[in-house]
Amino acid sequence: MTLMHKFLGAAATVALSAGVAMAEPGLIIDLGGKFDKSFNESAYTGAQRWVEETGGDYMETELQSEAQREQTMRRMAERGANPVVVLGFANASTLEKVAPDYPETNFTIVDSVVDQPNVQSIVFSEHEGSYLVGMLAGMASDTGTVSFVGGMDVPLIRKFACGYVQGVKAVDPEIEVIQNMTGTTPSAWNDPVKGGELTRAQISQGSDVVYAAAGGTGVGVLQTAADEGIYSIGVDSNQNYLHPGSVLTSMVKRVDNAVYDAFQSAAEGKFETGVQVLDLESEGVAYAVDEHNEALITDEMSAAVEEAKQKIISGEIEVHDYTATDSCPVE
Amino acid sequence: MDFLTIIQILDSTIRLATPLLLACLAGLFSERSGIIDIGLEGKMLVSAFFSAAVAAMTGSVWIGLCAGIVSAVLFSLIHGLASITFKGDQLISGVAINFLASGMTVLIAQDWFSQGGRTPSLSGDARFDSLDWPGAVAMRDAFRAERAGDGDPTGLSAIYWDMISGHTILVYVALLAVPVSWYVLFRTRFGLRLRAVGENPAAVDTAGVSVVRLRYASILIAGLLTGLAGAYLSTGLAAGFVKDMTAGRGFIALAALIFAKWRPWYALWACLLFGLLEAVGNRYQNIELVGFELPVQFMQALPYILTVVILAGFVGRAIPPRAGGKPYVKER
Repeated sequence: MTLMHKFLGAAATVALSAGVAMAEPGLIIDLGGKFDKSFNESAYTGAQRWVEETGGDYMETELQSEAQREQTMRRMAERGANPVVVLGFANASTLEKVAPDYPETNFTIVDSVVDQPNVQSIVFSEHEGSYLVGMLAGMASDTGTVSFVGGMDVPLIRKFACGYVQGVKAVDPEIEVIQNMTGTTPSAWNDPVKGGELTRAQISQGSDVVYAAAGGTGVGVLQTAADEGIYSIGVDSNQNYLHPGSVLTSMVKRVDNAVYDAFQSAAEGKFETGVQVLDLESEGVAYAVDEHNEALITDEMSAAVEEAKQKIISGEIEVHDYTATDSCPVE
Repeated sequence: MDFLTIIQILDSTIRLATPLLLACLAGLFSERSGIIDIGLEGKMLVSAFFSAAVAAMTGSVWIGLCAGIVSAVLFSLIHGLASITFKGDQLISGVAINFLASGMTVLIAQDWFSQGGRTPSLSGDARFDSLDWPGAVAMRDAFRAERAGDGDPTGLSAIYWDMISGHTILVYVALLAVPVSWYVLFRTRFGLRLRAVGENPAAVDTAGVSVVRLRYASILIAGLLTGLAGAYLSTGLAAGFVKDMTAGRGFIALAALIFAKWRPWYALWACLLFGLLEAVGNRYQNIELVGFELPVQFMQALPYILTVVILAGFVGRAIPPRAGGKPYVKER
């Protein structure tokens, strides 16, 4: 019996040490779900690409409710995942609390900044990408009115809206921009019915290009835009394929690259904590052109947008960041 | 605010009120027979999923609608089995139905379509098209032509071509369900017994009428109506199912039911009022009242605030059916 115990103990030790040696990265998919065709799906795609290219393995869980954040984060860290990637600004306060308890584990947070020695914070210059799609919207509009549907009313989404408005006004300061937020609770990310209804209200006010930065709610916005025969602009993932001919472009946010890089740098032992900004220059944000929408974007439009892009990169045009001042200079 | 804007808001009101109205009438039948039903949300959700899923697979929205209704009726039967046959707690059974629907729909959707708990986007015959009433399109074109020219049309015709015409068939079914419900509940023998069984089941039983059968009948009607409500959400308003897409509408319907004091016509007005508030909130997210700006959060909370205010006594006491929530035990 004692021999048996020894064997079992040895086996367990081997298993444990193996686990430590091959620390797998972990990914916590946020509310909204893995296949939201948007933010979370992009992160998942990045993780899958990493698996395909490196043959590695990673742990993954999906949050079901707001209350699970801390528990899920802790469990992931305790299971030995390293780094643990969390998605979305809503995790910031939880991570602030959890990270110091696991000094040996690295964390990556996308879309927010957490100032802890073992946390890598990845933020995107959404305002710059939104500025460019705003320009496209302004140029594509015939009615002189364009609109914006946000998900949950939070500073991050205001940042999208503010960049968009600046881009539209850069084309023609006379163009009116209608802005609506879906709600103030996380369910605002998942209400396509309300998204569609908001879009209809905007269309009746004259809008003929709508930009959705609203996660799953955006599916309803894009659908209604296609039904009513106006243009729409997708967000986060490339959504051009959803309704070819109606989706003008998508403001692509390369969350997939962020996740891939976090996984890969950890695997190579080059993981760096601190703040990383993914902007136009590093192609962290971009406007998507592919076979589904190339007919909608004229040479004139793309020339103007490319020029603005270079000017933003060189610093000649400065796009105001809503989160810097909690206000937007234009409406 | 011009006349056309008002019409557009009313048009939106009708669309938004329809799922509430169907769910509210479902609750009405159920609660009038003494079965508290907080599982309206779950039944709508399960119907929203199955109607969208089956419509996506078969390409026919009608088959989808049938599947949605069948699924909602099955969920009603689960509720009935727990709360009528086994005399369980109706609230707990209702909560369980909500949880079951929320989890099950996503799980099945993921298994069938592998799109993360949603159905593929529906198009063509897999969705309910809007019905254009005779002459509506011509009137709309005439209006637009006049506006595009130098004319200044009053837009009175918009009442017809925008507000009345151009909804999906389920909207008209929902509106029609109000007088039908009223007739069934207040002008038929079945309705009298159904109301009696919610007030005093022992008396009905003494008269030789089966309490259990009446309650099951009312629950089946509730299943049918929530089935329509769910199908309308996913195949009429939206084009496909997404996780938890009912977004609390089942609970708003319950609030409307209390507000309506368990009466069909009042239910119509209550649901239209909630729909109107939502439509106004969508259209005007910030309203200026005498130099004082109401924030968007206030507009979105308004239906709930209103419910509390109303229930606090502004419309008089709302008295529920007396036997509501209590399982009927024949003999001790």
